Amino acid sequence: MGSRKKKEFRVVGTALRKVDATSKVTGATRFADDLSLPRMLYAKLLRSPHPHARITAIDATKARALAGVKAVLTGKDLPIPFGILPVSQDEHALALDKVRFVGDPVAAVAATTEEIATEALDLIDVKYEPLRAFPDAIDAVEHPDPAIHDYADAGNIHKLIDLEFGDVEAGFREADLVREDLFFFEGNTHLPMEQHAAAADWSPGGRLTVWSSTQTPHYVHRALAKVLELPAARIRVIACPNGGGFGGKSDPFSHEIVVAKLAMLTGRPIKITLTREEVFYCHRGRHPTLMWVKTGVKKDGAITGMHFKSLLDGGGYGSYGVASTYYTGALQTVTYPIPRYKFQGARAFTNKPPCGPKRGHGTPQPRFALEVHVDKIAEQLGMDPAELRLRHLLPPNSLTANWLRVGTMGLGRCIEKVVDGSEWKRRFKQLPYGQGIGLACSSYITGAGLPIYWNAMPHSGVQLKCDRGGGVTVFCGSTEIGQGSDSILAMIVAEVLGLDPMDIAIVTGDTDLTPVDLGSYSSRVTLMTGNAAIQAAERARDLIAPHAARKLEVPAERIAFADGRVFDVEQPEHGLAFAEAVQLAEAAEGTVGTVGSYTPPRSAGRYRGAGVGPSPAYSYSACVALVDVDPATGIVRVPKIWIAHDVGRVINAASVMGQIEGSVYMGLGEALMEEMAYRGNRNVVHKIPSLLEYKSPTTLEMCDVVTYVVEDPDPNGPFGAKECGQGPLLPVPPAVANAVYDAVGVRIDEVPITPEKVFKALRRKDKGEEPRFGPTKFPEIPWPEPTRVPPPWEGGDGTAVGQSVGGTVGRHA
Amino acid sequence: MPDAKAKIALDVNGEPIEVAFAPHKTLLEVLREDLGLTGTKHGCELGECGTCTVLVDGTPVLSCLVLGLACAGRRVKTVEGMADGGVLHPLQEAFAELGAAQCGYCTPAFLLTADALLAENPRPAREQIKDALAGNLCRCTGYIKIYEAVELAAARMRGEKAEPARETLYGQP
Repeated sequence: MGSRKKKEFRVVGTALRKVDATSKVTGATRFADDLSLPRMLYAKLLRSPHPHARITAIDATKARALAGVKAVLTGKDLPIPFGILPVSQDEHALALDKVRFVGDPVAAVAATTEEIATEALDLIDVKYEPLRAFPDAIDAVEHPDPAIHDYADAGNIHKLIDLEFGDVEAGFREADLVREDLFFFEGNTHLPMEQHAAAADWSPGGRLTVWSSTQTPHYVHRALAKVLELPAARIRVIACPNGGGFGGKSDPFSHEIVVAKLAMLTGRPIKITLTREEVFYCHRGRHPTLMWVKTGVKKDGAITGMHFKSLLDGGGYGSYGVASTYYTGALQTVTYPIPRYKFQGARAFTNKPPCGPKRGHGTPQPRFALEVHVDKIAEQLGMDPAELRLRHLLPPNSLTANWLRVGTMGLGRCIEKVVDGSEWKRRFKQLPYGQGIGLACSSYITGAGLPIYWNAMPHSGVQLKCDRGGGVTVFCGSTEIGQGSDSILAMIVAEVLGLDPMDIAIVTGDTDLTPVDLGSYSSRVTLMTGNAAIQAAERARDLIAPHAARKLEVPAERIAFADGRVFDVEQPEHGLAFAEAVQLAEAAEGTVGTVGSYTPPRSAGRYRGAGVGPSPAYSYSACVALVDVDPATGIVRVPKIWIAHDVGRVINAASVMGQIEGSVYMGLGEALMEEMAYRGNRNVVHKIPSLLEYKSPTTLEMCDVVTYVVEDPDPNGPFGAKECGQGPLLPVPPAVANAVYDAVGVRIDEVPITPEKVFKALRRKDKGEEPRFGPTKFPEIPWPEPTRVPPPWEGGDGTAVGQSVGGTVGRHA
Repeated sequence: MPDAKAKIALDVNGEPIEVAFAPHKTLLEVLREDLGLTGTKHGCELGECGTCTVLVDGTPVLSCLVLGLACAGRRVKTVEGMADGGVLHPLQEAFAELGAAQCGYCTPAFLLTADALLAENPRPAREQIKDALAGNLCRCTGYIKIYEAVELAAARMRGEKAEPARETLYGQP
């Protein structure tokens, strides 16, 4: 029964092959581009060759006349704007009157073959009137005209944030040391191996089906209903298994809306598969971020106050950018106690592909800054950086200055693991010149506390059907992007009902069949769908148990479920097969089905902007990187990384290992080589939209990884589980930067840490200049009047000074 | 006008077949579009990512860079041809067991590249595995589970009773 105490787990914590493993290794998994429907047409998008221009005329007559072309769409066919955040409804499926980056979709063609559709694109005549383009955030901050959008907080500054939690200046006055640093984190992209694809089918009866490689079918559903002006009940969105997402398939996209509209116009199924170059234009990747941080510390390293500023280069559209901006200031407070904290964040529109959420969403940049900054502080104080961190860990069950409620906190154990494993004490500052070791830590949310659009409904829902044959089907809107979310559902339900996970059928990511789950982003899926699945499975157990008890003639509270049986816990041999128990329940009660749902706990903060940062649980990671730096060339090699991650509770051990290793890999790529680079002029053309030129680690660059999984079960997680898919990426870039300093004594305050930057810093060191490569100034920004929120220890209730009771809560998840 | 179709005979996964297609089509397109073998994936269609790798006469090739016409009379092996009836190939088994397939999109190419490696070298060292797989990109795994799966499968294919190491599945104590 629900109250039965679990002493041990049978499924949870084991290393099981994933429920979809066999179809993945046989090639049977159907990704979006694998779909083929009778009479299917193919769509292609015409994209802007200009970074910023007004469209003065479009003539598609010749394209329409081409044999094999069935339809051509332009902006006026889809005039309703959309966007992932309610505050940034600034995209059109096809540009209406303006283009904002090279690659912005302008027109679409449906034809009988991809070749004809491509040929037709050349026949569409678009007249542009080029406008001054903005290649980077500083340029956009300094020049309000011409405005990229007709909405913004100031000129070309999309969003301005100024939050103050206590008097930081007083904090600096109490400090023994006050240090300021500037950092830059270059933009980079997700680079999923699967190119985005979508297919649509329109039945003349008025129902639309869209298949897509999307991480967020629910948001695509909402965007389609809005733009196509169709009732949501007539639209079915099916999220195909994603061939990698990493955040890059979390927005509703132009191509998804375009295929739907083309299917409606032609009455035929349509498919579109983006080229790799187009995937670079979809982007929504890591925001290039300039950061300034000033921290006061006591002699023992205790922080007295911190002031953090960030400037994000947002690209041409809003996307998740408002949330990303808040995230660059949100999680500084959850690792080391910060009694007074001020955050100022700005996001500029520029004429580049839009930035958005990439693995770690808005937090790897400030984490890089903070962890290198702390390394410098430790050096100035003459402290070991591991020791400094261990002495100043945020205690569990804390409420931070910015009102984030932290539950379990396993960072101390993580630091100890990597310090011991890497022989840190023997190696730090003691390796030969050219070799170095560096440490960094981090934390990440396990799901956003608030939904993207304001609503009071659950974030995740599960329906569960028990078949009289003993099988169980779990229906959930979650989306399998390779992280193993389908398997988590199977394992959790199997645990509660005492079944083999392979006896559980999983139906996910289909808006007709599955209850809403908000999507595979913000590391929310295991915690939220897991809790919903536990509730549904426990309800099924409670529904079935009394009937088994009656048959077995024992009290219902003695009924247990395990090994495919339902039995008396006092005499385990006295029992029934699970199927038989379901049959008894079905005979008595009718069809056996239950539901479960999950809503995160209410956030503590009540100020505007408090919606970003709260989470049911925070994961923690610590990382040590070993590097070899060639002083002659500046080339950095990373032979080995030690990573420890506090995952709360392991559900599937093999998946946890895979997520941690994959995060380290992606963090290593960001640390050393990955960058969205543009030509250095106002053409703002992407330099390298190809898999060859966008450098990502191959087997030859990937390091050895020693992984420690730390379990500190969190009461808010399913069986105590927290996230592991994003957090372990965060400490890797700063650990590498700190190790480079240990190796050759130069600070690279910018990622990626390319040979050129290391070489230039070494040259400066040789000349007796500051041994550093990194930004040298933060621009003047017209910050608004700060929102002043007293931290918890200064009283108050999480509202801002002067804020009306029950005032606005930012709702950007 | 589209080109007239060309027709070739070849061996695909051990079966002789004839297929007609527009002569400009790549092997990748012929496999996916004309033979319905969608297990072969694509990540760039420019020969940069290795995702479309198949074996032609036992050698890994990028099917996006090979014309279908060039495969007349050749033996082509795709992921659909790896399992023996209902029994998975030891590489498939090991990839599934260790979670070496996360999203699964690059997986067919890694399996086939590893298959060719093991045919040539039944006992590859870790560095040899890295070299053999250096042309295949994977964004999910960090490659580590892939190396471990290749090693596990290689041991089993040599007749050894190999099981995954504890730290492979659970991490260091």
